[in-house]
Amino acid sequence: MTTVLTPAAPAPPAAAPGRIRRIGRRIASPWTYAALIAILAGSAFPVYWSFVVSSQTTEAVGSVPPVLVPGGHLFENIARVFDETNFALALGNSLIVAGTITVSVVLFSTLAGFAFAKLKFRGRTFLLLLVVATQAIPTELGVVPLYMMMADFGWAGQLQAVIVPGLVTAFGVFFMRQYFERALPLELLEAGRMDGCGSLRLFWHVALPAARPAAAVLGLFTFMQAWNDFFWPLVVLVPENPTVQTALSSLASGYTTDYTLVLTAATIGTVPVLLVFLLFGRQIVGGIMQGALKG
Amino acid sequence: MALTLADRRHKWDVKLSPFGFISPYFLIFGVFGLFPLLYTAFVSLQKRNLLDAEGAQFIGFGNYEQLLFHDPYFWNAMGNTVSLWLLTTIPQILFALGIAHLLNRRLRGRTLFRMGMILPNITSVAAVTIIFAQLFGRDFGLVNWVLSWFGAGQVDWQAGTASSHTAIAAMVVWRWTGYHALIFLASMQAIPSAMYEAATLDGARGWQQFWRITVPLLRPQIIFSTVIATTGNMRLLAEPLLFNPGTAAATGGSDRQFQTAALYLYEQGFTKYDFGYSSAIALILAVATMLVAGVSYLVTRRIQTD
Repeated sequence: MTTVLTPAAPAPPAAAPGRIRRIGRRIASPWTYAALIAILAGSAFPVYWSFVVSSQTTEAVGSVPPVLVPGGHLFENIARVFDETNFALALGNSLIVAGTITVSVVLFSTLAGFAFAKLKFRGRTFLLLLVVATQAIPTELGVVPLYMMMADFGWAGQLQAVIVPGLVTAFGVFFMRQYFERALPLELLEAGRMDGCGSLRLFWHVALPAARPAAAVLGLFTFMQAWNDFFWPLVVLVPENPTVQTALSSLASGYTTDYTLVLTAATIGTVPVLLVFLLFGRQIVGGIMQGALKG
Repeated sequence: MALTLADRRHKWDVKLSPFGFISPYFLIFGVFGLFPLLYTAFVSLQKRNLLDAEGAQFIGFGNYEQLLFHDPYFWNAMGNTVSLWLLTTIPQILFALGIAHLLNRRLRGRTLFRMGMILPNITSVAAVTIIFAQLFGRDFGLVNWVLSWFGAGQVDWQAGTASSHTAIAAMVVWRWTGYHALIFLASMQAIPSAMYEAATLDGARGWQQFWRITVPLLRPQIIFSTVIATTGNMRLLAEPLLFNPGTAAATGGSDRQFQTAALYLYEQGFTKYDFGYSSAIALILAVATMLVAGVSYLVTRRIQTD
C-alpha cells in the first residue's frame, strides 16, 4: 500500500539532478505546442462554455448555431439565481460544511500524523496499517446504515449529517505522517523534551509550525473535495437545506429546466474552487505529482 | 529514589499522549466509517423499509437470491457498469500516457499547461455533468452542431445505449485524464536521459522509445492508475444520475439504458426506501469492484519490462 500511495519513480529523482535531465530532454516542437494548446482548450472549454451561457439570455442559448462568446447578461442572471432559488443558502451551507471539514481534517490529521511519525506507543505499526487499509474502502458501501444512523440521531436533513462523517480522513492522517517522518528532526523534539515540554506543547509549538507547508496542501485538497462532494449530501440532505452541489442537482431536475439559470448557478458554484485553484494551482499540481492524491 | 510528581507526570504523558492524539481519528472513523460498513452486511440480510422501521425482518440471503436470479434490472445495471468501466478506463490511461509524453519535453509555460490539465478534475461532478448534458443535448447541443458539419444527423445521445454510454464516458474521461497524466509525468521525469541516449545510439526512434522504454518503466504508475480508475469508474453514480435529470433520474434513462449498479443502489435505497435490497446491491457491487480491480491489476502487470 505504501508503494501505491507514493508511486515514486523507477529511479529516485535525486539520482539525476534536474539540470542535467532537462538538457537531455527533447525540446518541444511547434507540433507539441499545437497539440498541447488543443488539449488545453478542450480542458477549459466546458467551464468556459458554462460561463458563456450564464452571460446570455435564455433565448440565445437555444439558437443554432450556438453562441460561443460571452454576452452582457451575467449580472442579471446572477441576480435571478439568488432571487428565484435558495442558492444563497446553498452557498452558505457549503462554506460552513467545507470550512469545518477542512479545519478539522487538517487538525486531527496533523495530530495523528505526528503521533504515528514521531511518538512511540504500543501497536503503532498495526494501527497505522489499519489507517492505510481503511483508505481503500469505498464509503458508498455504507450509505444505507449511515443514513439510518443519521435518522436515529435526528440529523437527517441537517448539516451536521454531512459534516461529522467528514471530520477525519485516513488519507489526511497518512499524508501528514509521511510529511513528519521526513521533515521533523528528532533532535528538535528531544530539545523540546529537555526544556520540559509535555507532548501537547511539543505538538503545538514544535510540530504544528513545522507542518505548515504540508497542512496547507492537505487543506486545499480537503476543501475542494468537501466543496465538490455530491453523493452523500444528496442522500442525507433535503432540497430545502442544500449544499451547492445538491442545489444544482435539484435545479437541473425541475420539470422545465431553465438552462441559463442552471448553468449560471453551476458557474457561481465553481468560482470558490476556481479561486483556490488560481491562487494555489502550483501547489495542487505539485501535490498530485508528488504522490497520488485521489480527489 | 522516589519519583517526583513531575517525573510521574512525564511518564504518563509519554505513555498516553500518543493515544490521545490518534483517538479523534479512530473514534470518528470507527463510528461513522467502519461501523456503517460492517452493518451493511447485516442490513442486507433483512427485509427492511425506511418507512416501516418496526417491520424489519431477517430473511437470510433472500435479497441476494432475488437480485442474482430474479432481477433483470440488476443485471442490466451491472452490464452498463462494466460497459462504462471499459469505455472510461482504457481511454483515460491511453490519453494520459500520450499527454504526459507531450508534457515531458523542454516546454515554455510548463505550469500553465499542467494547471490546464488538472482543471477538469477540480470542477465538481455535478457542475460538469450538467454542463455536458447540455453539450450533448439533442436539439441545441454543441456536439450535434459540430457533428452536423460532417453530415451526421441529430444524435439523441440519451436515448440509445451506445450513445448514452459514449456521452457519459466522455465526461469521466474529460474529468480524470489530466490527473493521471500528471502522475505519469512525475515518474517520466525521473527516467534517466541516459536510457534514451543509449536507445538512440541503438537506432530506436520516437515511438519505439516510448513503447520500449517509457511505458515499461512506468509500469508501477500504470498499474496504480488503472486500479484507482477502475474502483472509481465501477461506482459511477452522479454522471448517469444528472445526465438525464428529471423525475425518473434514478432509473438512468427511460429504458434504464445508462443505469449503473451504484445508481440502482441509489434508486432502491433512496427512492424506494428498500434498505435491505439496497445494501445487498452495495455488497455485490463492492465484491464486483474488487474482482474487476484484480483483473485490471493482473492485466497491467503484464506490461513488458525487458
